[in-house]
Amino acid sequence: MADENKKTAMSVFKNGLFTENPTFMQLLGMCPTLAVTTSLQNGLGMGLSATAVLICSNLLISLLRKIIPDKVRIAAYIVIIAAFVTVIDMSLQAFMPDLASSLGLFIPLIVVNCIILARAEAFASKNGPLHSAVDGLGMGLGFTGALCIISAIREILGAGTIWGITLYGTHVQPATIMIMAPGGFIVLGLLIGTINFIVKKTKKGADK
Amino acid sequence: MAVQIVSILLSALLTENFVMVKFLGICPFLGVSKKTETAFGMGMAVTFVMALASAFTWLANKFLLIPFGLDYLQTILFILIIAGLVQFVEMFIKKSLPSLYNALGIYLPLITTNCAVLGVTLLNVQNYADSFIFSLLNGTFSALGFTLAIVLMAGIREYLDEDAVPECFRGFPIALLTAGLMSIAFMGFSGFSIG
Repeated sequence: MADENKKTAMSVFKNGLFTENPTFMQLLGMCPTLAVTTSLQNGLGMGLSATAVLICSNLLISLLRKIIPDKVRIAAYIVIIAAFVTVIDMSLQAFMPDLASSLGLFIPLIVVNCIILARAEAFASKNGPLHSAVDGLGMGLGFTGALCIISAIREILGAGTIWGITLYGTHVQPATIMIMAPGGFIVLGLLIGTINFIVKKTKKGADK
Repeated sequence: MAVQIVSILLSALLTENFVMVKFLGICPFLGVSKKTETAFGMGMAVTFVMALASAFTWLANKFLLIPFGLDYLQTILFILIIAGLVQFVEMFIKKSLPSLYNALGIYLPLITTNCAVLGVTLLNVQNYADSFIFSLLNGTFSALGFTLAIVLMAGIREYLDEDAVPECFRGFPIALLTAGLMSIAFMGFSGFSIG
């Protein structure tokens, strides 16, 4: 982060996707992460909607960063984000009514997804429009990827399906609890724990 | 009327608990649940904001948005009302309860982005658009449900700190697993209703 000039669009993108992955590393945006990851379709839909909002809001905030007065910046960011979320909400209801109804309340709630406000404050307000849009794309896809991993695990274990396709017939009774509320907490807890473990192992390896 | 109020109370506190069942307000639930007192203070601040937000957004919806056919502006208007209220609560707590103000830290302005607050106002408009009283009660009781969950969680986490948790599970992961177990307990209430 120190030498701003050397930062290329590619490194900004990778940063969002892996190094500072919003879900697994920064632990932001937990509510939608837990609530909509009951099936892979929902997870992907949510992730892409949030990505679209993130790119648009990052781009616009970055363009307006010299005009918005410092004191009211948070309020200004929220209004910009809310406007884009309303656009996405209405488009989803018009073109993908099924997805819109299964995500329900959590589409308007993208407004209060901490990832989007955090990127506006931490990145878009300090960087140019190109980098900000790329940062939005990277963070958004990082979020989408995390949602897909969690929702795939939960769908396979809890419903015995993946992308709606039945996996193991009638012989195995799926563990319904995994697609209910407790499953979300438990899967995410175990995943983050495992990632911590892997990161620690690789760091130790690098030290030797 | 009385039966309906009790049933709103029970569903908001137990069967439809915001944190445990509906996954709203997870960020402060995990972020501010390390000490019971702070958790309780956070719960009360959220309750105050949610009650006020329910009242104001109901009025705004009924007398501004619906008469002019501007329903689609709900999200934008509601988040602005909430942001204003949070600013007000922040100034109030800073003046009158400085110790709580310091303990809540960054999480106080973040009530604005607590999805429980925006969530409850949007749910109120869906479910209780006609009744001011029920909107207000639903907002207040849901916030009490949030307080219940966060205080219980803080109580457990105070003990967890002293236990030998594997290193890579310290902090966030073990808190999530705990929340999962609590959520299973809350599932026991599902189907429980009055009236």
